[in-house]
Amino acid sequence: MNSQLINYTLHLADTTLILSQRNSEWCGHGPVLEQDIAITNISLDLLGQSRNFYQYAAQLIGDTDENKLAYLRKEREFKNLLLVEQANGDWGQTILRQYLFSQFQYLLFEQLQNGNDEQLAAIAAKSIKETAYHVRWSSEWVIRLGDGTEESRSRMINAVDELWRYTGEMFLPAEYETLVDVSLLEKKWLDKVKEIFNEATLTVPENTFMQSGGKEGRHTEQLGFILTELQYMQRTYPGAEW
Amino acid sequence: MVSDTEISKKNIWQILETVVDPEVPVLTITDLGIVRDVRISGSEVEIVITPTYTGCPAMDMIAMNIRLALLENGYQNIKITSVLSPVWTTDWMSEDGKRKLKEYGIAPPNPRQQVCNNDLFAAAEAVQCPHCNSYHTHRISEFGSTACKALYQCDDCKEPFDYFKCH
Repeated sequence: MNSQLINYTLHLADTTLILSQRNSEWCGHGPVLEQDIAITNISLDLLGQSRNFYQYAAQLIGDTDENKLAYLRKEREFKNLLLVEQANGDWGQTILRQYLFSQFQYLLFEQLQNGNDEQLAAIAAKSIKETAYHVRWSSEWVIRLGDGTEESRSRMINAVDELWRYTGEMFLPAEYETLVDVSLLEKKWLDKVKEIFNEATLTVPENTFMQSGGKEGRHTEQLGFILTELQYMQRTYPGAEW
Repeated sequence: MVSDTEISKKNIWQILETVVDPEVPVLTITDLGIVRDVRISGSEVEIVITPTYTGCPAMDMIAMNIRLALLENGYQNIKITSVLSPVWTTDWMSEDGKRKLKEYGIAPPNPRQQVCNNDLFAAAEAVQCPHCNSYHTHRISEFGSTACKALYQCDDCKEPFDYFKCH
């Protein structure tokens, strides 16, 4: 009956959880203290968003809770975007992943906050202020690094090559994705990215093969490794509490 | 045990005024403006709260502390509900709360209209030093010790300080 809404909410929850988990790997390893704190704060924001989505999904499903949904579902059940599960790589790759995603998420939440589902609208309206910070912070870094030294520039070019193929999926609506028509966001997103890339002296790739499948549970090899680490404790000691 | 007749909203609000934010212990949850409503039906007391930042880890602890404070005062049938809408902003913080923050050494949030600027590489907001009141300060980091704070330093008295960001 409302399986579309459940799947869509899980897709939003999984995407934010996995990106949060990825960013949290930088905790204590950031290039300088301030940026270490920045990326882990973004990680915390995303975790907060994912908790709100999971709590809502749990309420829709009934007889489950946010922890079970995050810790006890299998790889094929996760509906996150492929982009967010990609490895951190170097700082440049992490920054670019954050920028490409946050720029998309901002446009998505703009629509979702006026959408037909009251709770998803409330979560989007709550989160978009934080996403605005993420967009600003990550785009400044894309520009600094792209238009930086020879070294930072070559790393950003590699990051674009590595990640671009995972961006197409964001605008391919899944069967359950009916609340916001993501295909309509693509042009706006691309215009923004071109603006930032232009400042960063980076080139937007054209006619790239686009990988997809994450929204339907078909993932790259990366996700299994993340879930192993994320879910280890609950699977080894079921029901363990903090 | 409190009888039904003794249950009064006024009394409950007074109890809530004693519950502090675990990360900024000079602020009570009523100073922060996160208590949206107190509802009483029969013997049940429902406290409606709203989170500050989406990922704020203090929220779970605040909910627990509300429960404990009410239990200590004899209330047993307690329900805590979290609502997201309307969205909390730093405008909900009381003037008293802002004064207490400053006395504690944390610069209180500026009025909101100053932050609605998402331009890249924009100059950091002018924030007044809570120690010497100088506006001659600079931002060290946009993200500070908690999600709700940025790190600044005063160029006059040289003291570093936290700034409770507008949100």
